[in-house]
Parts: sequence; structure tokens; C-alpha cells
Amino acid sequence: MPSLFEHLWSHWPYVIYILLMVIGLFAVLAKGNLVKKIIGLNLLQTAVFLFYISIGKVDGGTVPVYWDERPDAVYENPLPHVLMLTAIVVGVSITAVALAFVVRIKEAYKTVDEGEILALDEADRGAPEAELPRADAPEPEGGV
Amino acid sequence: MIAFIDLMQHAPALSVGVCLLGVVGILLARRSPNVREGVSLTTAVVNFVLVAWMFRQFEAGEEVGGTLIDIVPGLEIGFRVDGLGILFALVASGLWIVNTLYSVGYMRAHNEHKQTRFFACFAIAIAACMGGAFSSNLFSLFAFYELLTICTYPLVVHAETPEAKAGARRYVTYLLGASIGLMLPALFLVWNMAGTMTFADLPAALDASDASPFLIALTFVMFILGMAKCGIMPVHSWLPAAMVAPTPVSALLHAVAVVKMGVFGVSRIVLDVFGTDLLAELSLHHLLIAGASFTIVCGSLVALAQDNLKRRLAYSTISQLSYILLGLGLLVGVTGEDQVTHYQVSAGGILHIGVHAWSKITLFFAAGAIYVALHKTKVSQLDGVGRRMPITMTAFSIGALSMIGLPPAAGILSKWWLVESSVDGAYPWVLGVLFVSAMLNAAYFLPIVFRAFFKPVPEGEESGRKEAPWPCVLALSVTALGTLLLFFFPEVIVDLATAVAQGGGAK
Amino acid sequence: MAGQLPALAVVVPLLVALLIPLVSRFNRRAAWWMVVGALGFAVYGAVAMLLDLCGSPIGTTIEYAMGRWAAPTGIEYVVDRLNGIVLTMIAAVGLITALWMRKSIRSEISEKARPGYYATFLLCATGYMGMAITGDVFNLYVFLEIASITSYVLIGMGRTRQALYAGYSYLIVGSIGATFILLGIGHLYMEIGTLEMADIAQRFAANPELYDSSVVRTSFAFFTVGLAIKMALFPLHGWQPSAYSRAPSAASLFIAATATKVSAYVFYRISFSVFGADFLISALPHIRDGILILAVAAIFVGPLLAIRQRCLKRLLAYSSVGQIGYIMLGVVLLNEDGLTGGVIHFWNHAAAKGALFCVAGVLVYRTGVSRVDALAGMGRTAPWTSAVMTVAGLSMIGVPMTAGFLSKWYLGAGALDAGRISIVPVLMASSLFTAMYVWRLVQLVWFAPKDTEPLVKEEAPWSMRIPALVLAAACLYFGLTSTSVDIARDAALSLGLGAP
Repeated sequence: MPSLFEHLWSHWPYVIYILLMVIGLFAVLAKGNLVKKIIGLNLLQTAVFLFYISIGKVDGGTVPVYWDERPDAVYENPLPHVLMLTAIVVGVSITAVALAFVVRIKEAYKTVDEGEILALDEADRGAPEAELPRADAPEPEGGV
Repeated sequence: MIAFIDLMQHAPALSVGVCLLGVVGILLARRSPNVREGVSLTTAVVNFVLVAWMFRQFEAGEEVGGTLIDIVPGLEIGFRVDGLGILFALVASGLWIVNTLYSVGYMRAHNEHKQTRFFACFAIAIAACMGGAFSSNLFSLFAFYELLTICTYPLVVHAETPEAKAGARRYVTYLLGASIGLMLPALFLVWNMAGTMTFADLPAALDASDASPFLIALTFVMFILGMAKCGIMPVHSWLPAAMVAPTPVSALLHAVAVVKMGVFGVSRIVLDVFGTDLLAELSLHHLLIAGASFTIVCGSLVALAQDNLKRRLAYSTISQLSYILLGLGLLVGVTGEDQVTHYQVSAGGILHIGVHAWSKITLFFAAGAIYVALHKTKVSQLDGVGRRMPITMTAFSIGALSMIGLPPAAGILSKWWLVESSVDGAYPWVLGVLFVSAMLNAAYFLPIVFRAFFKPVPEGEESGRKEAPWPCVLALSVTALGTLLLFFFPEVIVDLATAVAQGGGAK
Repeated sequence: MAGQLPALAVVVPLLVALLIPLVSRFNRRAAWWMVVGALGFAVYGAVAMLLDLCGSPIGTTIEYAMGRWAAPTGIEYVVDRLNGIVLTMIAAVGLITALWMRKSIRSEISEKARPGYYATFLLCATGYMGMAITGDVFNLYVFLEIASITSYVLIGMGRTRQALYAGYSYLIVGSIGATFILLGIGHLYMEIGTLEMADIAQRFAANPELYDSSVVRTSFAFFTVGLAIKMALFPLHGWQPSAYSRAPSAASLFIAATATKVSAYVFYRISFSVFGADFLISALPHIRDGILILAVAAIFVGPLLAIRQRCLKRLLAYSSVGQIGYIMLGVVLLNEDGLTGGVIHFWNHAAAKGALFCVAGVLVYRTGVSRVDALAGMGRTAPWTSAVMTVAGLSMIGVPMTAGFLSKWYLGAGALDAGRISIVPVLMASSLFTAMYVWRLVQLVWFAPKDTEPLVKEEAPWSMRIPALVLAAACLYFGLTSTSVDIARDAALSLGLGAP
């Protein structure tokens, strides 16, 4: 039975992924700045990428390209890498949409701080809806 | 011809349909009050003829009814004509005709707003009553019971004043709350224990189920309290609250249709869900007898303290409804101890469904007529009214006699049987309850009669004769006459009630 | 073409969505027609597949291998009765929303942004359809993100600046949920080594000892929490009220009637077709109890919170919290009646909530506000819309002969079958709370004092009235026939429920 330390040491990629994930989650939850929240979200997603990459690792494996001269070669598992290509694309689009939101929020609220936004919304509470500040600052070009 | 027979096989559904068709007619004729009320009256008459036809079929021993909509196993809208149902349907549909007449007079004299909504909802309410009366299974009964609550809400809130809204809110909270909170879970439990919802199979299935007696008792209590329309204490206070409604509504719905739906439902629960044998075996009827006795006495006591005439009548209704429940409890007790011989006397409770309806509607009609003609709502204002409105007050007196249980009004029929069956069933203390209640009834009704006829009209008021519009007077005369006729010719209703009691006991 | 339907039902809306911005450069009116056409086709596809399945024995599936790459190598689309129901729901609600929304969009979205809105809306519907149809867990994630990102955008297009913040908050929370689901998929792949749902299920069936693997359990935990966020299961429902209330009416109509339920469907799929029913029954009885408690708490708390809301859309959002509880209760009761109740609630709730959001949309369209008290006196000026609201409200309460009653009936019967009698009072309490807020609406609409001047000056235009009436009619139709129950029961049976 390996000690806890040995266990963690032998699974170091997972340790890193968990650390990153927790840091990311912390940033999302604790930071008031909307941009920092997005950075936290990115950290969270990156942690997942690392996790996937590490589960594709095979001991002694090599690049997963078929090679005639070494029919007995052990290959790394390519599937998680492929999956992560998709996930990275998804992550980038989420970041893009999130940043677009932040830009528009900045225009409409003149701030990107969560506390200030909530205070502004609280001040609007009970106001007739027609008089609420509008969202439509400049139009996004060519739709979304 | 064959098509016609097939159609008549579904006469109960037809009767619901006729009422709903009436609603469409009423809505279409909203621009012309005469046509609209003509439609109302025609619908009422056609419906009554249908019910009468079903009564004849029933007497001839023909099976009428069938499944209309089969949603999923256990949940079906199905109809069947039986004694209890036809009794309730006859009372409700018959009185609807008279009541429509009365409503026309009352609503016009008052120049009420939204009369179309009023007549339309009225017709829906009667449709719900017909549906409930002929339901062949628990789900149908529940569905129509709920429909009745929902469609009478607009009637209760009719005035749309803050008081009306508060009263209507209490009305709907109590009724919906009790039925969703207690009756629906009880439905689940019955389905879980018996695996059927059909009245014809339920008593046997429940008897055969291995459910614990405690669970059965719990279900029974949930049903009784869940059917808050039966007005048993402590779920009675919606009834006085609903008195904010216009008087025709109070008359038909809160003396006949709604409250009778409640006691009718309880009768169904006692006779056709649990069955008298099972209840007797578990001694659950003691619970019913005790609750009903308590309500009878307390209802009357509270009535004594009311000055508002309609509220007094409302509490009187609460008390009188419990006579019916008491009768049901006694019926179970009697069949449990001494089979076969005592059906007739033990039918008193069921008989009271019909008797009370005729008498109470007379009283409400009279109260409404006084309000229309003289704008008086309080008992203390009634000095000398008898001289100004002799027909109305005579009718009122007949109704009051019936409530107290004095000849020559019909009330004594059912009360006499209740007395007999309490002796037979070895409940001597119930005799005391009945006696005290009769005294209390006398104590809160006779002063009104006395004031009306023997006290002078107060100074400064007109003293000429001033009856309500003729439709009102006609209506209340008819029901008062009916109360008298029931005493002299009780065969029809007595036979029916006896048959019901026998059916309940024979299982 | 019939053989290609599973692919076409998703691909056609996807391609049309991408074409919309292009076509709109030449013809601004085309976008709406394209949305209606694409969703009309999706409805045809979904209904055709469902009818096809209903004619086949229980357990039949329609399978479609994308690009003829046979599973497990390729991605497979699998349609059985359960997702047939969900697909029909998404496509039908999508089409009804599309028909309904034209005028509402004109009043709420600036002309320049409209093509973008239509494209996003169609993409969103496509994403949800894809989530429902796919038989591959990673593909599920991809569709989930398509649907999520487009929902964030749709919500963010509301008129007020609060919409931006609501969209942003939903994005943050939703992304965390989606990331958790991705982690769940990763852990599952780590232990099982395949992503094909049927394949995973087979391996679990062949090696029941896999249920004891802590990796598998971690995977299930991630799935559960991630999906619970996405479906707004109490107590993770915080994002929902402001998202629904700030979004444009047309978006909240579609999202409220479908979105959270698709995530609930995914939970059904993951629990039964991936992990297998035995996993919850024998391996994780405590987790099952935990979810049960959350579902029951949602049923109780959702309508309770709804009672005091002043904004109609918020009120409806809180009521959705409770309704998701019903659907989740269906899963964890793990018996035939309970599952049937949960599955029919997909349709029943979509119809009722859709109809209510139509009414909310009309309110916003006619008055510009969504306050509950703006409904006062609407019965006089807009009787049709008011009638729709009443019928849908009665169905939410679960009055007999409406669709909602059947859901409650089956869930109640299921709870009794499972020996959990204590759930029944909660169901009833929930009905009572629902009755309280519905009654408040009904009273405002029909029985407002005579001197109130109704804010809603006229009836909804026909283009908004007819879709709402269709939804209200569906509430009655499903309550009076056994159509939905028959299909749902077969769907429940085909989920391969073991002994309860």
C-alpha cells in the first residue's frame, strides 16, 4: 500500500488538474471583476483539458501514427486529444461570448464590478420597466 | 331508432351535455336578456325531463350509463344511474327550474351586472352536479366536484366588492384546499389499496385488500374532511363566507347544489366506497356520528347568535347537513347490528337530502325576496314584515316548520326516522342531540316568524303591502308548496331513499 | 428519405441557421420564414419517427450512423420512445414559438439584430434536438454547449441592461455545469474506454463490478451536479429567475418550455441508458435518496417561492423550479408509474408553461411591462388570452381532466408503489401553493374591480393568439386522452427498469 504522498506523486498530472480546477472555481466564485471571473472559467476549462490529456497517456507509448517497421509499437491514446480539440473550440467560443457580454455590460453599466452592478440593479428595483436603462448601446455588427 | 336507444343509454352524459349546451346558448344570447333567460329556463326544463326519464328507467330496473372517456386505467369519466344519484339529480334539476325563475326576478329587480356570466356559470354548476350525481367511479366524482368549486367561484364573487372577494377567497381556499389536500391523497390511497375506482367494485375490493385498518380509517377521515362541501365542523367556515353571493346563488348552491354535492359525496363514500360492512367492522361510524352530532348542536348554537338573516340560514344549513351525515352513521350502525329489518327507518339521512333542499331553498328565497322588496338583511329589522309580505313570510314559516321538524312540513319525515334509528341502533344519546337541536331550531326560527307577523311595523316606515317581483314570489310559493306536498305524498322520495339504504346495507 | 430522418431533423435546422445571416443580407423578411420552415421540417421528422416507433414493439430504436461510421467508432444517433417524446416536444414548442414570436420580436429586438436573433434561436433549437437524439456522450456535450451558448446570447438580447447581466451570470453558472458534465464524461471514458452510450451500457452489464469503481462513481457525481445546474434543480436554480425574466419574451417562451427539461432528459438517459438502472438502485441507494429529497424539496419550494413574485415571468420561473422536481421525482422513484409520470410531464409541462409564457409575452407586447398586477382586468379586453392563462393555470395546479392531473396521478401512484407515502402530502401541498398563485392571476384577470382600467388594451394579435390556443388545447387534450400516457409508459418500460 503506497503512502498518500507516493500515491499523489505517481498521479501528479491529476494533482495539477485538481489544483487548477479549484483555483479556477475559486476565481469564478470569489472575484467581483467580471473579466477575472472569465479568467477563472478559463482556468477551470484548462484543468479539464489537462485531465483528458493525462488519461490518454499510455506508459511507454509513442506518437499514434502507424509505422510499418514497428508493428508492435505501443501508441498513446489519441482520442482524448481529439476530444480536447473540440473542447478547446467550445472554450474559446464561450470566452468570446463572455467577453462580448462584458463589453456590453461595461457600456450599459459603466462598470465591470459585480457588486456595483448588483447595487445599480437594486436601485432600479420597482422602477417601471419602460424606464429601465436599455441594453441596446451600439448594435453588434451583422448579428451575433 | 337504434341510434336513439344508444343515445339514451348515455342519458347521464346527455344531461351534462344539455346543461353545457345551455351555457353556449346563454353566451350566444348575451345581447338579449329575454332570449338568454329563455334559454336558461328551457335548458333547466329539458334537463329535468331527462332526469325524470332516467328515474323511470331506474324504477323499471333498466341499466343506464356507460363509460364516456377512458383516460387511463382507473381514471375514466363514466356514468351510471342509481338510487342515490337519481335522488340528488332529481332534487338539483327540479329546483334549478324554480331557481331560474327566481333568479330572473331577483337579478332584474336588482339590475345586477354581468348577468350573462351569472347564468352561464349557473348552468355549468348544474352540469357539474349532474355529472357528480351520475358518476360511476371515484375519479369522475372528484373531477365534477372540483369543477363545481371552480365554476361557482364567479358566482360567489359576483359583486366584486372587497367583501365579496374576501368571502370568495375563503370559499375557494377551503374547498380547493380540502379537496386537493385531503381528498386527492385519499383517492391515491384507495387506488393503491383497492386497485379500482369503480363504485360497483370498490367495497368488495377494499374489504379484500390487506391494508391496515389504521390506513383505511385514515382514508375515511380524509374523505369526510376533504369533502368540505358537506359542511362538517371544522371545515364549515366557507359556507357563511360564501353568503356574500347574490341570494339565488346562496339558495341553489348553498342550500342545494354545492352542499348537497358534499353530503352526496359522503354518502357515496360511506355506501359505495367503503361499504357499510367494512365501516361497521372498523367501528368508523362512531366517528361520523360523533362529528355530525357535534356539528348539529354547535351549528345551531352559532346560528342563534347571528343577526344577519342569510348568515343565520347558513349556520342552520351547516347544522342540518349534519343530520344527513348523522343518518349515514346510524345507517352503518344499524346494519352492523341488526340486519335487514331497519332499512326504512335508517334511510332518514338520505331522505333528508331531498327534504332539506326543498325547505332550505324556500327560506333562502324568502330572505332574498325580503332583500329585493325591502332591502332588509337583518333579523332585527324584520318587525312587521309579515304584514307587508304575507306570501313570502308564510312560505318562510313553512320552511321554518320543516327545519324544526313540525307537521305539516316535510322535515318531520326524516327527523322521525332519525329518532327511530337512533333508538334501534342503541344510540340513546343521539336522541338528546336531536331534541336539543330541535329546540335550538325553534329558538332561532320562531322569533323571526313572531317578529314578522306579530310585531308592528316600526314607526316611520311604510306599511303597505310590497311583495317582491312575481317570479320571485311564484318561485318561493312553489317550493313552499313542495315542502307541504312532500309531507302529504312522501312515497316517491321515501321509496327512493329506502332503496338506497337497502342497496347500501345489502352489500 | 425516411431512413435519413434522424440526421436530417438536426442537420436541416443547423444548415438553415447558418444560412440565415447570409440570406438576410439580401432579404430581411426571409429569416422568419426560414426558421418556420426548418422547424416545421423538424416537427415532421420528430413526429414521423415517434409514430414509426409507436407502431413497433417496445425497445425498438431507430439508429443512424453518421457518415456510415458504425458505432462505436463513429457517432450514432439513436431514437427510442423516450427521446422521440423529447424531440417532438422541442420541435413542436420551437415551431409554436417561431409562429408566435414574429410580432413580439419586432417590438423587442432592433431591426439590425433580428436576423442574428433568428439564427441564434434556430441554432439553440438545433442544439437541444441534438442533445436529445445523440447516442454518444461526447457528442452530447458538444450539442449541450451549442444549446447553452445560444441560450446565453438569446437571454442577453433582452431589452434592459439587466438582461446583459442575467445572460452573463447564466453563462458563468452554465459553463461550470457544462464543465462538470465534461469531467463526468472524462471519468467515464477513463474507466470504460468508450463513448458510445449503448456500448458503455453493455460493458456495465457485462461487468457489474465496475459499479464499485470510485472513478465511475465520481463520473456519476459530476454528471449529477452538472446536469442539476443545467436543469435548475433546487437548490441550484439561482440563475433561472433572472434569466427567464430578463430575456426577450420569445426566448423565455422557448427556453422555459424546453431547456431545463432537455437536461432532465439527459439525466434520464445517463441514469438508465448509460449507467443502467441497477446503478442507482443497488450501487448508490443513498445518492438516489439524496436526489429524491432534492426533487421533493424542489416540488415544495418552487411554487412556494412563486407565490410572492411580482413579475409574471419570475413567478413562472419559480414555478418551473417545482416542475423540474416532478420530472426528477419520476427518475428516482424507479418504478413504472413514477417514470410514466415523469415522462408525460415533459409534454404536459411544455404545453402548460409554454401557454403561460405566451400570455406573459402578450402582456409585455401589449403593455411593455411584465408585472403581475398589469394583468388586472385583462379578461374584459383580451378574453382569449385570459382563457388560455386559466386553462394552463388549471393544468399547472393539476385539476382533473387537464394534463397536469395525469402527471401528478402517476407520480403519486409511483410514490405509493415505492412505499414512500410521505411524498403524497408534498405533492398535494405543491398543488395547493400552485393553486394560490394561479388563483391570484385568475382573480386579477377575471374579477378585477369594475373601476380598474385594464392595462392590456386589446386582444393579442391572431399570430400570437393561435399558438397560445394550440398549447392550451394540448393541456386539455393530454388530460382527456391516454395518448401521452401510452407512449410514456412504453418509454418507461423500454428504459429497462430492473426490479424496483
